[in-house]
Order: sequence, then structure tokens, then C-alpha cells
Amino acid sequence: MIQRTRGERIFNVFNVTVLGVVALMALYPFVYTISMSLSSAAEAMRSGLHLYPRDISLTSFEMVLANPDIVSGFANSVLRTVSGTALTLFFTCLTAYPLARKELPYRGPLLFLILFTMIFSGGIVPNYLLIKNIGLIDSIWALILPHMLTAFNVIVMKNFFQSIPESLAESAKIDGASEINILARIYVPLSKPVLATVGLWTAVSHWNQWFDAMLYITSDENQVLQTFLQRIVIESSVEMIEQGLVDPNVTQFTPETIKAATVVVTVLPMLLIYPFVQKYFVKGIMLGGVKE
Amino acid sequence: MSGILFDNDSWRLYRRHKGLLVLVLPGVLFFLLFNYLPMLGLVIAFKDFRLVDGVMGSAWSGLDNFRRLFGGADFPLALRNTVTISLLRLCFGFFAPIALALMLNEVRLSWYKRTIQTVTYIPYFLSWVILGGIFLIMFAQNGPVNQMAMMVGIEPIEFLTNDFWFIVVIIATGIWQAAGYGAVIYLAALSGISPDLYEAAVVDGAGRWKQTWHITIPGLIPTIVTLFILNLGHVLNAGFDQIYNMYNPMVFDAADIIDTYVLRRIVLMDFGLATGAGLFKSVVGLMMVVLANSLARRVSGGEQGIW
Repeated sequence: MIQRTRGERIFNVFNVTVLGVVALMALYPFVYTISMSLSSAAEAMRSGLHLYPRDISLTSFEMVLANPDIVSGFANSVLRTVSGTALTLFFTCLTAYPLARKELPYRGPLLFLILFTMIFSGGIVPNYLLIKNIGLIDSIWALILPHMLTAFNVIVMKNFFQSIPESLAESAKIDGASEINILARIYVPLSKPVLATVGLWTAVSHWNQWFDAMLYITSDENQVLQTFLQRIVIESSVEMIEQGLVDPNVTQFTPETIKAATVVVTVLPMLLIYPFVQKYFVKGIMLGGVKE
Repeated sequence: MSGILFDNDSWRLYRRHKGLLVLVLPGVLFFLLFNYLPMLGLVIAFKDFRLVDGVMGSAWSGLDNFRRLFGGADFPLALRNTVTISLLRLCFGFFAPIALALMLNEVRLSWYKRTIQTVTYIPYFLSWVILGGIFLIMFAQNGPVNQMAMMVGIEPIEFLTNDFWFIVVIIATGIWQAAGYGAVIYLAALSGISPDLYEAAVVDGAGRWKQTWHITIPGLIPTIVTLFILNLGHVLNAGFDQIYNMYNPMVFDAADIIDTYVLRRIVLMDFGLATGAGLFKSVVGLMMVVLANSLARRVSGGEQGIW
């Protein structure tokens, strides 16, 4: 049925090859980093592509995981991601549901109030002063509360809720169900795809956030993983020894393998969940793409 | 006031929808506290702000902060760098996702297409702290990129400390990070093109090139135009996360953008100047986005745009 001319066959080979090269270029930085993180100091200094480590050593990971900052940073990042995502989902549902119902008084002005925050904001200094004035400096709440509701999540959730037939809510109301019951028993169970998408994007953005932690968190014990990674990446070998990150008497090391191992520790949770959630990830791009 | 808000009719309306209003109230209070209250804080831009005196207690200073901003050398340079980097991104980066989507669209092996797609949008999933960390290693003086260059006989390049090469690295790694993500949007637009059009074209004897040229690309034009205009609207966002995590004092002349300038002013406790610069960016940005949006709506006949 499908007839291919010679030109088309040549094009197909060319197309598939170029895309393969593009994919390799997308992957290579990760391959290199993983390979470096697993290399011994001598292997890391060898010139070459480092597609895989010829001399495997776990020393870098031992040093990184022996660093108490990395361990507490990891725990703080997990804490902000899990609790932040749970709170976002809860309050986004709560806010989006009434806005999805046409009979809500002042629905138009309220929607505008929320939408306007997408295109205008006070900026860094006023936000910093707010966090300072409500006493959240150096608290994990400073990282969770300001992200709890975003206009974008509320609008996405509201649009999804609107696609659920209103007759369901109306008949439940006649049966005497309260609004919160209608939301919890009818709307939320029907909204699993959008909950998964919003939840995933929120979780990823919490894990990746570093700027707010850099501004608001002042003590190392409350600091998140991304900030420690940021510090380690710009450190030289001398600084690493001074910071007590490595003990030069015990091991030979190069800063590159330590940096690479820290990157891997930070990336790993993301890459492990990626295959399972990428379906929702693509959905999120569709939702966020043009309407961002 | 109470006469308008609480006359009998409205009161009955509130009572009837009490359930909904109670649910929406926490969310509305949240936006007022975390989004609108800081907007009031923008008055700092017109004050000689001192932390001890607070927002209310600090003395007004009129347009002093803006005079200092535009009178100095740093902010005008940062503004110029911001626009330059944004426009370079647009020139070199805008068509990469379109090309990627068109090429993916021609792949007949679905597993291969899926794999390439999955791999190319991984970078969008990771923070610039992570990606910056990776690229600082890769583009270092003795890093793998320079080692490859040496293998083919090119002298090592100062990618991270030379103004020109640093911008090249910023643009290239920016494309590397976002092309896969962008392609997904175009692929969605492609899947919306009716298969009937292709079938009709085949009946008329059109080959693959002709199909691409006369059906696929015209089908993408509305998305392309919209995204292009919206990108123009974001011209003052030159990519803070990426630049902050990759730059260093040696390339400030070319890579210092408005956002990095604001952050350094904050570190120096010069809040008035930082807020002034931020306000300038917000207001110009708002005007650009509104303008871009109305343009996008007009071009697409009201179909596209953010609102």
C-alpha cells in the first residue's frame, strides 16, 4: 500500500539519523556526569569522552553522602516537596471549585483578581519584606506557603471542573449534600487526571526551586538540597578541603567527581520518577504551553 | 458602601450561596496577602527605604531611585544585555522546536519517535542549578568540550570567561534545554491537522515534500505566530535561572541582566534601587505582554492569546 520513492527512502534514513544524533546530544551531558561521578580521581583526569567509567569508584558518593548538609538538605527538599504538593492540591481544589460554578456571586471580578497575578507582581523586595514581616524567615513555611496557590493551577483546575456536567452537582444538592461534600465526593474523584498533572508539576517545581530558599533560609539546617548543590558546584578543591567536604589525607580526589556526584544525588529522585510520570508531564506541557 | 453590598437582594444572594463563598474565601485571602499586599510594597521604589524605618516610615524620595538607576552605568548595561540576549534566543532558538517537531512528525516508527521525544524533553524537567552544574563542568577550560576540540586540533576556548563565548554557551544550552519541550506544543498542533487533507493530497499525487509544504507548515502557522508574539512580550526575561547559575564576574559586561542586577542590589541592601529596577521591568513587561496578546488575538482572529 505505502509506496516509497527513492528520494523518500533517503530522506527517511537522513531524518532518523539526525534525530538520533539530536537525542545523543540531549543525553550526553547526563551520561558524562554519571560517568564522572562513578570515576576514580585518576580516571576523571584522563582525557576523553567518558561515556562510561573505566575505573569505577564510589569514593565520590561516599564523600557526598557523608556530608551532613547534603543529607539534611535532601530531607528538607523531600519535606517541602511532599507537604507543599499536598497543600497545593487541597487549596487549589477548594478555590477552583466555587469558581467553576456559574452561580458564584462576583465570579467575574474574582477570576480577574486571580488572573491579574499572572502578569503583574510586586517583585523580589516586597515579597521578601512580606515574608520577613510575617516572621517566616528561616522557616520551611516560607518555601511552602507562597507557592500554595498559583493563578495558573487554579485556572487549569477550574476549567477541568467546568467540564463535569453541572447536573451531577444539582441532583446532589437536591439530595441535601453540602458544597464541600459535592466537591469531595463527586468532583475530586472525577478529576484524577488533572490532579495528577497539577500535583506532578507542583512537586517538580518544589524540588527544583532554589531561589526562594536562597533568599529566605538563613541556617544550614533548614536549607534545601539545590542550594548546597549550587555552593558545591562553584567550589574549588581548596575550598572543598576547607569546608571539610573531603579529607585530603584519606582520599585522592578531584573536585569534578564530587560535583558530578552531588548533581547525580540531586537529579536521581527526578529521573527515577520520570518514566512513570512523563505521560502527565506531556499533558502539563499542553495545558501550560500556549496559555502560559 | 453597606447599602450597595448588603441590600436585601444581595444579602439573599450571599445567603443562598454561602457554601460556595465559604470555600472560595481562603483562596481569595491568600491572593490578597501573597500577591496584592506585595504590590503595595512597590512604593519602596519612590522612597529612601531603610529597613529599620519600614515601608511606611521611610521618607519619600520622588523619582530619585529612577534617576540613580538610569544615571548610573550598570542598569542601562543590564537592560541592553537583557534585550540582546532575549533577541538572540529568539533568532537562534525559536525555530529549533519547530524543526524538531517537523522531523519527529515524519518518523514512521512510533517507538523511535516516542524515545526521541522522551529523551529530548528530559532537560526541561531539571533545574538550572543542576544543568548549570553540569555545564560548568562540561565547558570548563579542561572540560570534555575543550578536549573534543583539541582532538580535532582546535585551541581550547574560554567558554565561561570570554564575553562572546559565554553568550554563545548561554544561547546554545538554552536551546538544548527547551527545544524538546517546545516541540511537544508543535506536535500537539500537528495532531490537530485533519488526516483527510493528507489523503486528498496523496490522491492528487503530492509527495512528502509537497504535503509538508502545503499542509503541515500552513497548519502550524497560527501556533508559530502566537508563540513568536508571546515570546516578544517576554523580552525583558532573559533567563535569570540559567544565567545566575552559570555566570561569573568575568562576563558581567555581557551577561549581567536586569534580574541579576536587582539581586546584587539586594545583597548590597540597596532596596530602593532594586525595587525601582523591578518595578520598571514589571511595568514594561506588563505593557509588552498586553500588547503582544492583543496582537496575537488580532492575527489569529481572536482564537489565540493568553486571555
